[in-house]
Amino acid sequence: MRRDESSLIRWLLIALALGFLGLFLVLPLAAVLAQALGKGTGAYFAALTQPDAWAAIRLTLLVAAIAVPVNIGFGLVASWAIAKFDFRGKSLLISLIDLPFSVSPVISGLVFVLLFGLQGWFGETLRDHNIRVLFAVPGIVLATMFVTFPFVARELIPLMEEQGREEEEAAIVLGAGGFKTFLTVTLPNVKWGLLHGVLLCNARAMGEFGAVSVVSGHIRGLTNTMPLHVEILYNEYDFVGAFAVASLLALLALLTLVAKSALEWRLRDEISALRQS
Amino acid sequence: MPKNNPAKPWRVIPGFGLTLGLTLGWLSVLVLIPLTSLFVMASGLSLDQWLAILADTRVQAAFRLSFGGALVAALINAAAGLLVAWVLVRYDFPGRRLIDAMVDLPFALPTAVAGIALAALYAPQGWIGQLIEPLGIKVAFTPLGAIVAMVFVGLPFVVRTVQPVLEDIDSEVEEAAASLGAGRWQTFTRVILPTLAPALLTGFALAFARAVGEYGSVIFIAGNFPGLSEIVPLLIVVRLEQYDYVGATAIAAIMLVASFVLLLAINGLQRWNRDRLSRGAA
Amino acid sequence: MTSDWSRDAMRLVLATALVVGAAMALAAAIPGAGAAESRTLLNVSYDPTRELYQDLNAAFVKSWKAKTGEDLRINQSHGGSGKQARAVIDGLEADVVTLALAYDIDAIAQRGQIDPKWQSRLAANSAPYTSTIVFLVRKGNPKAIKDWDDLVRPGVSVITPNPKTSGGARWNYLAAWGYELNRSNNDAAKAEAFTTALFHNVPVLDTGARGSTTTFTQRGIGDVLIAWENEAILALKEVPGQFEIVAPPLSILAEPPVAVVDKVVDRHGTRALAESYLSFLYTPEAQEIIARNHYRPRDPDIAKKHAAEFPPVRLFTIDDVFGGWGKAQTAHFADGGIFDRIIVNAKK
Repeated sequence: MRRDESSLIRWLLIALALGFLGLFLVLPLAAVLAQALGKGTGAYFAALTQPDAWAAIRLTLLVAAIAVPVNIGFGLVASWAIAKFDFRGKSLLISLIDLPFSVSPVISGLVFVLLFGLQGWFGETLRDHNIRVLFAVPGIVLATMFVTFPFVARELIPLMEEQGREEEEAAIVLGAGGFKTFLTVTLPNVKWGLLHGVLLCNARAMGEFGAVSVVSGHIRGLTNTMPLHVEILYNEYDFVGAFAVASLLALLALLTLVAKSALEWRLRDEISALRQS
Repeated sequence: MPKNNPAKPWRVIPGFGLTLGLTLGWLSVLVLIPLTSLFVMASGLSLDQWLAILADTRVQAAFRLSFGGALVAALINAAAGLLVAWVLVRYDFPGRRLIDAMVDLPFALPTAVAGIALAALYAPQGWIGQLIEPLGIKVAFTPLGAIVAMVFVGLPFVVRTVQPVLEDIDSEVEEAAASLGAGRWQTFTRVILPTLAPALLTGFALAFARAVGEYGSVIFIAGNFPGLSEIVPLLIVVRLEQYDYVGATAIAAIMLVASFVLLLAINGLQRWNRDRLSRGAA
Repeated sequence: MTSDWSRDAMRLVLATALVVGAAMALAAAIPGAGAAESRTLLNVSYDPTRELYQDLNAAFVKSWKAKTGEDLRINQSHGGSGKQARAVIDGLEADVVTLALAYDIDAIAQRGQIDPKWQSRLAANSAPYTSTIVFLVRKGNPKAIKDWDDLVRPGVSVITPNPKTSGGARWNYLAAWGYELNRSNNDAAKAEAFTTALFHNVPVLDTGARGSTTTFTQRGIGDVLIAWENEAILALKEVPGQFEIVAPPLSILAEPPVAVVDKVVDRHGTRALAESYLSFLYTPEAQEIIARNHYRPRDPDIAKKHAAEFPPVRLFTIDDVFGGWGKAQTAHFADGGIFDRIIVNAKK
């Protein structure tokens, strides 16, 4: 029975919002796709099946496969500590967890060079033991984990705080173990937040450019991730190839995001159906 | 909502020591120790050298563009993000769910790709550029271009923080306001906006924080003129190109402190607001 | 209850550690797998040489196989010259570096990874090919650009990358400076005024040479691109029919040098291989490939064969005019150097 805007204003607002999104979201995406498909779908798929492109795709998936689970683990642990307990310095701790988010990618890459570079703290020791961190996969994984560090945690902390502690306390008092409580009470409550955090974390892990560019070494077929490969192809005048790989990244992300919101909407519909009955 | 009494010495929920220990340990290894290396490196500078860096007009101009541009971009995102969230939550129209999903796209697109795409769009020959260039508006390769890129990367944040709060607003409050004779606009400014304010502020701050450090997309569209359209991260890169590690880390350290203070302020604000709300409810 | 919790938690931590460990091992194994089969060499190079080394590497691998029967894999890394030099300094294990300017290899040598006398180890200043700086203009040369002083005319829009971040841009800048120095009988003040006027006409400073080429050819910005000769010829081939090359009567002799990274090859045991790779660049076969990729070959016979593509330009060297890269770098491109002054005055 809410008194709503007149349909004129309603459509005006929709038009405004869509106009803004069109300008800043749809057009850039369309520009990428137009370039990628500029020479037909044959060239598009040929670009994606080049060995170097394939190596970059594999490396990107591998890096995400390591960085995302680690961040899920950290996010769950950290949000449990922060949301379920009171302690001094909590605000400071949250700010520190957020920090990688606002650090410029240039700096995120640089700090690992300062640590593991040959002129850095551990560089010579690592080289003497023949361990490669920088300009190899471990360095890329580290930089990616740094950049995506806050995403799961910052999605979960407010959610868990909002849900309070009563349910967990009740479960514990009733004799459930801490881990069981976490699995059966906390986790189901935050699963949508967790899913959203994981998707964001994954999208960022696969798309990170600046920080990874500093630590990768750009060795073709070995240490180029998809975003770096895009840059290389672009610099080789292979615009179709560059935007084909870029569009693959965008489409991967878009598909997961659509799947996620479809799930969420469905759940919401179920809930409202339950409420009405 | 009854709050756990902080003074209570005995905790029902187990695992505090373990989870906090793991959190602090992992945070130190992955974030704090690497960032410390920055400050150690930068500490090689004398006070005079620090002052020289701060007094450099080129450094000042870069900080003005990075922070000023990010501020403008975050303001645009706050207004547009609120509008988008409102439309997505309140109205039904074809393609709504697809658009809802697309909002996170700037997150997934590598920043360099975003920069190339935006530069291609806004260049004089581009789809948008050829429309606005005759009007005398130059976006690509000007400071305005940097702001466009910053709006793009910060776009998801306001929408995503405002959206859930907007969904939770009790329609009864609005109905009550309406039945008391408030117009739609009055209801919005007096009832809805104050409720949204904290989320809006958080989203604004997040968009700002993200835009300040942005590099990949901005360098493709900004023009990169020293003192004019050069951002701080580029200044760091320029120093590195001259093998001036200390100078680069010094600027990085200043940036890092600025963003940390910013985050502390955001989180403090959020906490203060939550306390205020819970006190109001009690 | 507490022990229950911690046992479960420990299990979780262990499982996570196991998964991460396995994934890490897999990650380490993937690059290793390719490397184990055959000997590898890593060539860390600058941006525009991708096509060149693709061809050169294929030829060298073939000739090495014919000579020794050994399979070889040459990995390539490309990026801005300074950025690449920094990566090697920071531990990128390059067996050989092939960069845009001697200054960048000097920077690696200063950190002890290359013998300080590297430049005299190979013929011709360790530069197996040369290039020069030319102009790329739009079809029909509508602004009638013929020489350097046409670039400072009002209304001419000039594209060049940022000398602070691009090796190629430093050659561009020094070529312009050298031109005016020559014209004004070594008047440094005039050279600075000339270069300032030139940068006054520059609307975009891209961070790399390829970035500038893209800005000029793809974005349609500018009337003239100052570029490597090889870069300009390549752009002509990539986008046919839209551009023309104008070679100024006087320009700079660019000598992109190559060097074996001593510390790395000694650890890898690849010195002999790396040295034969670099000497290969001077062979007629490689010189022919170099010429076909639009770089000026050192070999006089090959140069004669391709003379049509490389118009005669009077060339001055950086050693003659600027006293070498070290001096040029400190005077012009260091912080507080002449370029910093020029860029401020150019936008006044």
